[in-house]
Amino acid sequence: MMQEEQLQNQIAELLKQVEKLTKSVTKLKSSRKDQLSIACVSGDMDKILATMIISLAAAAMDTKVKIFFSFWGLSALRDPKKNPKGKDIISKMFGIMLPKSKNSLKLSKMNMGGMGPAMIKFLMKKKNVLSLDEMFKQAAELGIEFIVCEMSMDLMGFKKEEMIEYPHLSYAGAATFVADAGESSIQLFI
Amino acid sequence: MTQEELKSIEVAKTVDARGTACPGPLLEAKKAVGTIEEGEIMEILSADEGTKVDIPKWCNKQGHEYLGTVEENGYFKIYMKKGEEE
Repeated sequence: MMQEEQLQNQIAELLKQVEKLTKSVTKLKSSRKDQLSIACVSGDMDKILATMIISLAAAAMDTKVKIFFSFWGLSALRDPKKNPKGKDIISKMFGIMLPKSKNSLKLSKMNMGGMGPAMIKFLMKKKNVLSLDEMFKQAAELGIEFIVCEMSMDLMGFKKEEMIEYPHLSYAGAATFVADAGESSIQLFI
Repeated sequence: MTQEELKSIEVAKTVDARGTACPGPLLEAKKAVGTIEEGEIMEILSADEGTKVDIPKWCNKQGHEYLGTVEENGYFKIYMKKGEEE
């Protein structure tokens, strides 16, 4: 009789533990999504290229991709044809000094006054690597999300009106990146 | 699969991605795999060395079966069988 009671207690204890484990497993499963979060703060051509190539490869593998653009990275999202009004002097200066689009980015090394990027573009064409324009187009088709950091956009004097037309573009703050990155299985800082 | 088996395999679709470098072939393979049925075989032509390694990884993740690669003159023929749809 005593033994039976003991056994029953043990079973109850085990059941409790199993329940606890199931809970933590479901929590683990839902906390890490098949998602890639990139914080792209660089505006160098090579780094934007790396950002796009990794993102496209991930999207091709059905991994959800969210790229958070901040600081110098914002240059890649500017549309050179757009000329927003109402900027103060410092904003205008920033606007003039920074690259006007993804096609006028500099290289982080061997820029050589623009010769480097021209050479890379020539080589990319020769070696059949997609151009940045084509990569952005593919990214749009694959549903890759671009999130623009409001604060750095404001700090550098960029306006929403000068950003490119992109179907999955949104504006947010750092907490959005932290939340997205927290539930992503891959996080990168470029 | 042996090289001979691969060479005589019947494919439902051929994706010629020889005109594009990484990650172009992967993107084209992803688009094309949606047009074939489960269990059908697709052949991807690529001149990019990296794709030879990338496609098996992609298959593994997506639940497709990687069958093998045949090396041709200057390019690769990569074979895969479409797995169950999620």
